[in-house]
Amino acid sequence: MSATADQRDIGGPAQPLLIARNLAKHFAARGASKSARVRAVDDVSFTLFKGETLGIVGESGCGKSTLARLLLHLIQRDSGELIFDGEPVGAPRGITVAALRRNVQMVFQDSYSSLNPRMPVQDSVAFGPFVHGRRKSEARRAARDMLVKVGLNPDLFGPRYPHELSGGQKQRVNIARALAIEPRMVILDEAVSALDKSVEAQVLNLLRALKQQFNLTYLFISHDLNVVRYISDRVLVMYLGRVVELGPSEAIFIQPLHPYTRALLGSQPSMDPAHRIEQPPVTGDPPSPIDPPSGCRFHPRCPFAEPVCAQRSPELGAWRERDSHVAACHMLDPASGHSKAMQ
Amino acid sequence: MSQTAALPATFADETSPAERVRGYWGTVGYRLRHDPVTLFFGAIVLLIVLMAIFAPLLAPFDPYKESVVLRLKPWGYRGHTLGTDELGRDLLSRLIYGARSSLLMGLVPVAIATFLGGTLGVIGGYAGRRVNAVIMRTMDVFYAFPSVLLAVAISGAMGGGMVNGMTALALVFIPAMCRVAETATAQVRSLDFIEAARATGAGTLTIVRYHVLGNVLGPVFIYASSLVSVSILLASGLSFLGLGVKPPTPDWGLMLSTLRQSIYVVPLSCALPGAAIFVTSICFNLVSDGIRSAMDVRL
Amino acid sequence: MNAEPIPAISAQQIAGTAFGHDEALVEVRDLTVRFVTRETTVHAVNGVNFSVRPGEVLCILGESGSGKSVTLRAMMRLLPPRRTRIEGSIAIDGQDVLALDKRALGELRGGLVSMIFQEPMTALDPVYTIGTQIAETVLRHKGGSRAAARARALELLELVKIPEAARRLDNYPHELSGGLRQRAMIAMALSCGPRLLLADEPTTALDATVQIQVLILLRRLQRELGMGTIFVTHDLGVAAEIADRIAVMYAGRIVEEGPVADVLRAPLHPYTQGLLASTVHGQSRERDIEAIPGSPPDLRRLAAGCAFAPRCGLVQSECHAAMPEPRYTAAGRMARCVRITQAALAAAE
Repeated sequence: MSATADQRDIGGPAQPLLIARNLAKHFAARGASKSARVRAVDDVSFTLFKGETLGIVGESGCGKSTLARLLLHLIQRDSGELIFDGEPVGAPRGITVAALRRNVQMVFQDSYSSLNPRMPVQDSVAFGPFVHGRRKSEARRAARDMLVKVGLNPDLFGPRYPHELSGGQKQRVNIARALAIEPRMVILDEAVSALDKSVEAQVLNLLRALKQQFNLTYLFISHDLNVVRYISDRVLVMYLGRVVELGPSEAIFIQPLHPYTRALLGSQPSMDPAHRIEQPPVTGDPPSPIDPPSGCRFHPRCPFAEPVCAQRSPELGAWRERDSHVAACHMLDPASGHSKAMQ
Repeated sequence: MSQTAALPATFADETSPAERVRGYWGTVGYRLRHDPVTLFFGAIVLLIVLMAIFAPLLAPFDPYKESVVLRLKPWGYRGHTLGTDELGRDLLSRLIYGARSSLLMGLVPVAIATFLGGTLGVIGGYAGRRVNAVIMRTMDVFYAFPSVLLAVAISGAMGGGMVNGMTALALVFIPAMCRVAETATAQVRSLDFIEAARATGAGTLTIVRYHVLGNVLGPVFIYASSLVSVSILLASGLSFLGLGVKPPTPDWGLMLSTLRQSIYVVPLSCALPGAAIFVTSICFNLVSDGIRSAMDVRL
Repeated sequence: MNAEPIPAISAQQIAGTAFGHDEALVEVRDLTVRFVTRETTVHAVNGVNFSVRPGEVLCILGESGSGKSVTLRAMMRLLPPRRTRIEGSIAIDGQDVLALDKRALGELRGGLVSMIFQEPMTALDPVYTIGTQIAETVLRHKGGSRAAARARALELLELVKIPEAARRLDNYPHELSGGLRQRAMIAMALSCGPRLLLADEPTTALDATVQIQVLILLRRLQRELGMGTIFVTHDLGVAAEIADRIAVMYAGRIVEEGPVADVLRAPLHPYTQGLLASTVHGQSRERDIEAIPGSPPDLRRLAAGCAFAPRCGLVQSECHAAMPEPRYTAAGRMARCVRITQAALAAAE
């Protein structure tokens, strides 16, 4: 089925499903001085190809969740451009935000707040189809079908309330809700992070199976590198609102280019008591996104930092090809003046 | 890879024991049924309500029938179980009929305030920013006055009477009700499932109707139930001051006021309307407490 | 085939001889914890035995609802007494924790035993500066002058590698970043030189690059100060970094226990095996992860028998009869599974 043409597919398989160009979102910092801005997302560009899974990794405050909400227009972007299957979103000649939301859905991190506590879960799932004009009974039927697809018995679990479900079951319901209006793309914002490992594995398997069946494109946001490596075709690494590295999953994990990516990978516990990590790859905490460091935002923590890193912001290379692997680091740019720059 | 093979062949949690689904209201009901204190006082409230409804059947005499000869007779005098008042009217009948106005004055203002204040609160809480500021600052103005003073001032300005009294009480309760609804709404609004609903493309009204109201009604209802006893007390106070129910309508507050002058003649009878106010108000209060603790289900 | 379970007593004797005459710092026996409410009883911990020697790090590994945090809190008597029923015995440095009165308990907490939490904001008071709080704790337990206590606070902040410690003394908790806050909490926990440190997922809420720093710090401090440590975590990787021994908990029981390398490399219990297999770390992207089916049991109605049986791929009829007693394959290497005897014999041959 994945090979059959999707009528909703406008530009053909070669056309990216989503292009983000120079997205930016700044918030006024609360409690700080008036001029202070939280640069939550700053000049982020990437391409999401049809049928792929793009992983977004980064630590807290790197802007990955803000980015997800920008893509769905849950937050208004300050600047930048969003193009869905060749059509600019919200532009006069493009598609509307409503149309975008028919095509893109989101699964939130499982927590007490992800499902309406006063609504049986089958009604939560049915809400999407209902909003999109289906009759209540039809929406209910669609919801029950979708519950089956995510591995929940609708007779047993449909009438239950969220607090009567385990974390994994709730997350299955959340997935069912996102898929109920048949989107083409799903944003998974830390969708498995709150789950126990044994349950996380179940949900990851389910996500992979559903992707096949519904011909989906995933944007998978997580702080867990192992999970991102497993599920993603390509990975985008964010640090303080900027993209620092983008490339095919294996390339990033085997040969990371950016010092931050290397530090992130080196911080992963070894899983082997005989080879424990003796020295932390980087010291200190990620700085606050309020008035972030100048130039390369990683330079205060970077072991290779040189004056140029504080002065100029490095460019992320060209990333239009699926297999291109790029990083925003002066050491990769021979013209940057960094002493370790590749010649 | 064939997609059917990849999908789960069996349901994920067939193994987990089938749990009886009780749901939120089910749990609340279960707790209430197992709370003897609330049940007991709930029964008294029910009796008072029934008494008000069936007053014409229960009252032994016409509560309006005056008699010059029968003024201020003691308990048990010629079939007047609880004696008569200063105009010779049967006290028991007047107490029974008095439940009507007390309940009316207790419930109607709260209902009005719940509807209006709740609506304003939900609007303010969901819209946020400027709309919220306008609504809440207006409410804050009312907050500046003590509720009793405000009720007396409003009904005094409007000239007494049952309707004006109820309007005054409703106006007193609206700001508090609005605040409760606003807080609850703002809290719900920040949760992910609202964002998820927005992401499905639902409009504001749909979201409020399906996702916000259900979560706001609980706290609003709890607060409203606690206001009923306050309203009964305030209403009696207004009547006592001549700003509420007008004579000759039987009303506990009014009866307290008129019988007060005869306190040395029929001391026991004088205490009766006060006792009725006290019992009704405290029963509503305790029932409200029971409901509050029963509805405190952690979800 | 010798299917006779080895009695627990003899195994402990083996353990005793193997460990020499080290006096145990912590000795927990048959600990059960139940939470009783109007409607239900939750069987959170169901007969837990373990001991910790001075200077040893025991990791209690388990998923949510396994009872690992409850066990830890019971050791500090931090559970709400009105709803909690605790049975069994907990001895820390020879003191019977469950029998202590309020005053003795106050001396135990923060003195002999300290605890660090996942969320430092729950342990730190937002209205006092870090320096004041640490100094207060020192004063309360050790006495002395205010100036000395403050000097000690500075020393502690330097010990936990807080940069510009002298300046940080006057910071309020909310002015610190997550990692620094965690370090400040650790400093406070260490202020009175505890012999036992209880750590409840102290690195879980931290970012990856910060988590490893805190882990390395904790490991170093624990070694230098010779503290016995009980470290509760759900993360196998964290356990691998810090533990000497691991106890795996499931449904309120320890189902497997042993030295960290043995448990991670050759797990005995099917649950531990499943946990290892389902933890994503470099699996092939072509295949599904071997997940454990189903979800953990409902602690309000635990069936007799092995609690893992409904999810276990190797289940036998006798699994449902009774929870298997602890079985030892070597000194200090325990699992509660009916298959152990066969497995151990096979491994020995």
